[in-house]
Amino acid sequence: MDALTASIPLLVFVVVGTIAVASSILVVAMRNPVNSALFLLLTFLCVAVLFVMEGAEFVGAVQVLVYAGGIMVLFLFVVMLINVRALPDDRILSPYWTGGAVVGAAVFVLLVALVRPGVYHEQNDNPLALRSTTVNARHRVVQPDGTTVRKRYTRQQVVGNSEAIGMALYRDYLVPFEVASLFLLVAMVGAILIGKRELGIDDEDVDPQYIVDRVAEEKEMKEAMSA
Amino acid sequence: MTWADTLLLLPELIAATGASILLIVPVLGGRARGHMAKWAMLALMAVTALAVIGSTYAVAGVQQTPTFRAMFAVDAFSVFFKLLFVVVIALVTLLSEDFLSEERYSTWEYYSLLAFALCGMMFMASGVSLITIYIGLELLALSSYILAGYYKNHEESTEAAMKYFILGTVSSAILLYGISLIYGVCGSMRLSTIAAALSTMLSNDALMFGIMLLAAGLCFKIAAVPFHVWTPDVYVGAPTPISAFLSTGSKAAAFAVFARVFYVAFPAFHLDWSNVLAAIAALSMIVGNLAAITQTNVKRMLAYSSISHAGYSLLGIIAMNEMGLRGILIYTMVYVFANLGIWATILMLRRHAYAGESVEDFRGLHKRAPFAAFSMVVFLLSLGGIPPTAGFIGKYFLFAAAVQAGFGWLAIVAVVMSAVSMFYYLRLVVAMYLEEGSGAETIYSPSLRFVTALSLTVTLVVGFIPELPIRQVIESSSHLVGRVVQR
Repeated sequence: MDALTASIPLLVFVVVGTIAVASSILVVAMRNPVNSALFLLLTFLCVAVLFVMEGAEFVGAVQVLVYAGGIMVLFLFVVMLINVRALPDDRILSPYWTGGAVVGAAVFVLLVALVRPGVYHEQNDNPLALRSTTVNARHRVVQPDGTTVRKRYTRQQVVGNSEAIGMALYRDYLVPFEVASLFLLVAMVGAILIGKRELGIDDEDVDPQYIVDRVAEEKEMKEAMSA
Repeated sequence: MTWADTLLLLPELIAATGASILLIVPVLGGRARGHMAKWAMLALMAVTALAVIGSTYAVAGVQQTPTFRAMFAVDAFSVFFKLLFVVVIALVTLLSEDFLSEERYSTWEYYSLLAFALCGMMFMASGVSLITIYIGLELLALSSYILAGYYKNHEESTEAAMKYFILGTVSSAILLYGISLIYGVCGSMRLSTIAAALSTMLSNDALMFGIMLLAAGLCFKIAAVPFHVWTPDVYVGAPTPISAFLSTGSKAAAFAVFARVFYVAFPAFHLDWSNVLAAIAALSMIVGNLAAITQTNVKRMLAYSSISHAGYSLLGIIAMNEMGLRGILIYTMVYVFANLGIWATILMLRRHAYAGESVEDFRGLHKRAPFAAFSMVVFLLSLGGIPPTAGFIGKYFLFAAAVQAGFGWLAIVAVVMSAVSMFYYLRLVVAMYLEEGSGAETIYSPSLRFVTALSLTVTLVVGFIPELPIRQVIESSSHLVGRVVQR
């Protein structure tokens, strides 16, 4: 019985991990984009379970809220707005796919052979360490001659999971975190630049043909959506 | 973290703020004044350059000041590269001027993306933690993908951006996986902590695999064989000033990272990784130069030539000695200016469809534009490494470093391949001076003239009086080399 209880985490990991890998393969294998999106949702949920198993409850919760919740809804919105009805019958497969599969399998074998037996830095046995941060503090020291001196020291403070992540993001990794925000800004600018209709500098508002086209387009879209 | 630490971030903050302002201007009514964007961008570059120079005073007398929990450091090495980046972006701005005015794409967003790319490059040069380096590299890469596809109504530009994006993201994933393995082995992403952890470690397969993946990701960015396939297509398809940027600024930033990571973090395993990199360097030099010979498209030829130059520069990392690091710095600088000068000449010929792209367009150029033809010869000689141009100084450092480190065979390959490269460089010279013909018409704007003149000055000054730049390079790199000697 004890052996069974001990192996439950492993069992859960194997089952959930298998589902995650299988559904992520199905994401790219599905013909219908809606099915792909739903399998992506399943992948996100499985990864969230894996996060919780590793003791990262906050990341798991964020995974469900942000990815499975927000981003998936956006994906589905876009998929349904684009409204892909007529899918081509024949599968489009690169003629080199066998080569790709061989390389993929080779890399997998390489990973199993090299990564598994690697020597890694010692794991922290203390589970509280996952939830603790280093805190800079000061305290007064009364010196023998009567004057007080403030001394700085660092100590480990046990806090919650989300607090530890907040501390890591906004103190230890402040610079990369802020650069990541620039990165997202550039991604947004790029998406708008690529997505927007390129018009001349002057005729954006005044070109009558543009407005006629635009109205016709909107009408078409509404009909497509109501159909 | 104090306010003084924040001041060290000033150049990056200015670049990021300036880039954001450039984004807002068209909304506030600047859309109609597209020609103003160039001046705004040049002003931003001037302020950034001043901030970079100012940050050196903040760290005067200190070798390195890691701040923000050892994520970011300002040192002579980063200042050298940041100044190089600012100059490159300013010159690319000048190269873009006429090119942009021919098309109807917005100029403000274009320059804004260039400034964001600069910001990413500066974080790459200053990053002393793998995570800062990675995110800086991604910022640069994302801006480059968008810029490569900026001419979205041109099929080639879109195709180039798509290829670059897909291959680039795969290589980033490989790089990130390498970083995660290194973190797993060493328990830290700080370069100095990694070095300390590795110095007590015996060989470790997972670590070696991590280092190899990291090297593969970086080799993609510098376009070394066998990670080079994207280069010719992207250089030909992207808007020409962006090709100039990708072959100079983007590569210089990747070399800054390559040098810092391998010199600071991995000297302990030098014997293990140097042979792999030596094979990559040899392949890059051989494949790049031999493929360049058969090209008739000048942009494609320059792409293969830039692949071979990645191979030469790798010698400095493989050698892992003082000479090698100095060689990387000086060669990067020399290569950047010679290349920018050549791209300026191509842009001069570029009017009306595809002019400036085939060797025939260069026929009889010395009659139509004697100054451009002469400076082109100097740049080509510099790329070939012929004295008294700057390229000779750079190649001398790199080859001598390789010999010093016991990689004599690699130095021989490099010398032979430099001779081969002269063949296709001289083909352009022959076309310009000896062949008669109409060629393409030339429009030599003051901006292009300025870029050519500046590049020519640098190439000749470094070639004729190398003492000054060499002293500067020694100052900029000695604190990284010191660690190697201590070991």
